[in-house]
Formats: sequence, C-alpha cells, structure tokens
Amino acid sequence: MLQCSNKNLLEVSYILSLKNLILSRDGKKILRGVNLEVGDREIHSIIGANGAGKSTLAYTLMGLQGYEHEEGSIIFDGEDVAVLSITERAKKGITLAWQEPARFEGLKVRDYLAIGAKGNGGITEEEIKEALRKVDLKPEKYLDREVGEALSGGERKRIELASIITMKPKLAILDEPDSGIDVVSLKEIVSLIRALKENGSSVLVITHREEIAAASDKASLMCEGSILRSGDPLEISEFFKNRCIPCDNRVSPPKVV
Amino acid sequence: MTQITLNALSREAEGITAAYTAAGGDTAVLHDHGISSLVISGNKVLSANATEGIVLEKKETEHGVDIKLTIKKGSKIPLPVHLCFGVVPKDGLQEINMDFVAEEDSAVELIAHCTFPNAEKVIHKMDAEMLIGKNASLKYTETHFHGSHGGIQVIPKAHIKIEEGGSYYTNFSLLSGRVGYLEFDYSVDAEKDSICEMVTKVYGKADDMIKILEKISLNGENARSVIKSRLAITDNAISEFRGITEGHAPRARGHVDCMEVIQGNAKAEAVPIVRVDNPLAKVTHEAAIGCVDKKEVETLMARGLEEDEAIDIIVKGMLA
Ligand SMILES: Nc1ncnc2c1ncn2[C@@H]1O[C@H](COP(=O)(O)OP(=O)(O)OP(=O)(O)O)[C@@H](O)[C@H]1O
Ligand SMILES: [Mg+2]
Repeated sequence: MLQCSNKNLLEVSYILSLKNLILSRDGKKILRGVNLEVGDREIHSIIGANGAGKSTLAYTLMGLQGYEHEEGSIIFDGEDVAVLSITERAKKGITLAWQEPARFEGLKVRDYLAIGAKGNGGITEEEIKEALRKVDLKPEKYLDREVGEALSGGERKRIELASIITMKPKLAILDEPDSGIDVVSLKEIVSLIRALKENGSSVLVITHREEIAAASDKASLMCEGSILRSGDPLEISEFFKNRCIPCDNRVSPPKVV
Repeated sequence: MTQITLNALSREAEGITAAYTAAGGDTAVLHDHGISSLVISGNKVLSANATEGIVLEKKETEHGVDIKLTIKKGSKIPLPVHLCFGVVPKDGLQEINMDFVAEEDSAVELIAHCTFPNAEKVIHKMDAEMLIGKNASLKYTETHFHGSHGGIQVIPKAHIKIEEGGSYYTNFSLLSGRVGYLEFDYSVDAEKDSICEMVTKVYGKADDMIKILEKISLNGENARSVIKSRLAITDNAISEFRGITEGHAPRARGHVDCMEVIQGNAKAEAVPIVRVDNPLAKVTHEAAIGCVDKKEVETLMARGLEEDEAIDIIVKGMLA
C-alpha cells in the first residue's frame, strides 16, 4: 500500500501527453513536432498568433477526418488514442467545442444537450436547464429552440459550451470559447471553465484573451506549428506580447541575438 | 349531415384502423361524432361523418371513391377533419377523385393519413380539384405510410385555385418505411392577396423513386408563396424535384427552397424554376444538394455518438 501511494506522489499524472506530433494538410506541414503535457484537472491555455496551428492541433486531438497525424503520439489517460475514431475518443472522455459551432436544422437545444450525456446514463431535464443557466441562457427561452440559423453566433457558442457541460468529459478542448462572445460575458466564460474543472474535467483552452489565459493553471505558446514554451500563464502571455516578432503577417520565434 | 359509423367489428375496419395507427393516426377521432372524418379502404367507404358547416358526398366507383367535400360559406370548422385512405391487402388499385371547395370566408384544417402497410403491388392515385374561396383558408396535412416492401406507386395530382385573400398551407410527408414510386404533381393558381405554402418532406431508401413537381402561378397582385422541399435519400434511391414559381402580377412574391441530403449511391436532381413577367413581382430560389454536413456529424461523434447515429439525427432534424 505504502509503495503504491509513494509511486503516485512521485509521478506527476498527465491526462494528455503529446510527443513530437507531426501533421500535414495538402502537402503543407502544419504541426511540426508538438510536445505538450496537460495535467489532470488542469486548465491549460494555448495562445499564439492566427495561423499558428492551434485549431489544427485541436482537430488532431479529436481525430477529425483529414487530421490523422503522421508522426508522434497522443497519450490520453495512459493510452495512445491514435487509431481510435472520434466516437471512441469521445467515449474515452475527450470532447471538442468548435471555434465555429455547427448548425443543426430541426434539432432542439434540449435534444442536443442530452446527446453528450447518453454515455453517462442520461440526463434529467433539470440538469439540462442547469447547463443552460451556466452559460447564461434562460432555459425556458432556449430549450425548445433549434440549434440552427435562428440563433445568433454568440448564442450558438454558449449552447456549444453547455453541451460540453452536460457531457462531463475528462478532457474538454475548447477552441476560442471567447470568440463571438461579448466582453461583458468574458467573466462568465472564465467561471464556466473553472466550473468544468470543479466538475472533474481537464480543460485545454485555445484563446486570444489574456483574461482566460490568466485564469489558467498553465499556458503554452504555439508558434508555427510547435509549442515554443509552456509555463506560468502570465509569463507566457508576457513573452508572447513582448518577445515575438511579427513576420509574414504572423508571429515567428524570437530572434536569437 | 352524413353519417356512416365505423363498424369496429368488421375485418376491413380493423385492418384499416390498424394501418391508420401505424401511419401515426389516432383512431379515437374516427369514432368521435363531434369530429368530421372519412375512412376509405380500397373502394369502400367504411365510415363518414360530417359535422355542421361541412357537406360530404361520396360515391364508390370500380376502383375507388369519388368525394365531394364542401365547407359552407363562413363556416370556421373548429376541429380538424380527419381523412384516412388506405389499401390493406398486398395488392390493389385505389383511385380517389376529390372535389374540394372551401366557400367564401370558411376555414378548415384537413388531416389525411394514407396508409398501405402491406403493399407489394399497390397503386394509389389521387386526383384533386381544390377551390379555396375568397378569404377562405385551408390547412392540409398529408402523412403517408407505405410499409417496408416498396412495392407501391403513389400518384397524387392536384390543382388548387386560391381566390382573393384565401390561404392554403399544405404539408406532405413520407418519412418512415419505404416510398416505392412517388409521382407528386401539384399546381396552384394564386389570386390577389392570397397565400400559398407547400411543404414536402420525403425520406427515400433502397431503390425508391421520388418525383416531385410543384408549380405555383402568382396571378394576382400581392399573392405570396413558398415552396419548401426537404428530401433525404440513401442507398440507390433517386429523386427529381421541380419547383416552379411564376410571378405574373405586381408585388407578387414567391420563393422556392429545396434542400436534399444524399447518402450511399443515391442520386438527386433539384431544379427550381422561376419565371417572372411582371417587373414588380419578385421570385427567389435556393437549392442545395449535398451529403450530410461533415462538421455536424463530427460534432455529434465528439459527443459520443456513432457515425450512423449521428447521420440519422441530422437527417431526421432536417425532415422535422
Ligand atoms: N487544408 C489545408 N491545407 C493547407 N493549409 C491549411 C489547411 N488547413 C489549414 N491550413 C493552414 O494551417 C495553418 C494553421 O491553421 P489553424 O486554423 O490551425 O490556425 P489557428 O492557430 O487556429 O489560427 P486562428 O487563431 O486564426 O484560429 C494556417 O496557416 C492555415 O492556413
Ligand atoms: Mg483557430
């Protein structure tokens, strides 16, 4: 018994560990050897310039079609998930909230939110309502609406986040949960991310907002397809703002003087 | 008042009411004397009930029934009128001729269930002439159930005339079981200030064949219309959609909207046609045929659904 607990104390437990992840799209190398570790119940933010490869990394982790990595490994909860389908990864506890959520004609919010909970033995109406309240949407107004054209971009983003709450994943990958959400609501997104953590999820959050990075336990800076640095969120934000030099309308690694 | 009561004990009534339930109908309404209804099995009228404000005449013919249904002037029928047409045996021919008139200022809702649960070699033809009088309104919902064999031909043809200020809403759906062969042909003449909305939703499988032709002529000033079609086809099914809207009068407004999803080896063709010969009329269209949206499928998979479950939800949503 004592040996067991010693072992746990010595090993830092990662829910996700990426080693040298390489991926090309249409012959262009986009992920150029990503190394990243996300701790259990850690809020880990990824920051970086437009086009750095952040969304691509998220899609690769979820296993979307066309995002099969060529080299490296994705170790999730102690297992390499490379050969698993999206569904199998989701069943193991990985899920993704898209930067631009899909629209579903004819699918009601209540049914959409129930889908993710199927794997955990279903969900009650009250739990669905609670999830909507957490993303600051009035349940009575939204439960029976369609997750389609008639919702605004911001409303769809909130519903996407609510669908993550009802799923209770081990790892929630959120691709810019703040985009399209008004500034006033940024605080709510932050508290939502914290709530996910409190409910037992680890959160990998891609963001351009300092407020979200600052609320993380750890941050990584992505640059031209690889992770340049990981560490304290404030230090990483500062480094990104002050040391990265724009180049080709993008941001390249700092020049070594 | 016309009244033939449904004899619940007859074999034929039993067969058709079971089929009616399978098609989504509630048989209680067929026994309720406060609700107008008409039940036809093959060429037999099994029951008929017309409440106040409705005149229902029917004549059995060699292969079907001729019906004349009139909603009297100014009558607003409070409860929907239920119609049930069916062929229970595995083969047969049914020809329904329908002459419908909604007189001036009347309003009615018709709910029809057409059911052919055992069809292996059945032909169902409907020929309808419908007149929606001045300021009258008709809402017509038709739900089909063709069983699982696909050995059926359904050929509904209707001409609808909507007089000044009248409105006509129709919703045709064939979503569960097989389609077989469907040849749908509706044409509408819409006069001044009238409204017409036609919705068709069909889910085709195996070697089903779906032909839909809908034509609306906006003849009167300020007449407005929408043709909306939602088709999903899979396996080797084929669909052909023609949605025609003609704007002939000032401020006539029309829109044709067809969305189809295809899977497997299915083939779809959608042709929206707009013709306008009055410079003040405006008719628009959109048509999209595609496979099920990849992001939608992947989103549902990322919530733990299998790919085919995800596709099923998306297709059913589109047809909802
Ligand atoms: N199919 C493709 N073929 C070639 N290049 C692609 C393809 N898809 C994406 N890219 C490129 O990959 C790079 C990374 O894109 P990605 O969407 O991952 O960036 P991002 O870091 O999420 O940016 P943003 O902050 O704008 O969301 C971009 O330069 C993009 O142009
Ligand atoms: Mg992105």
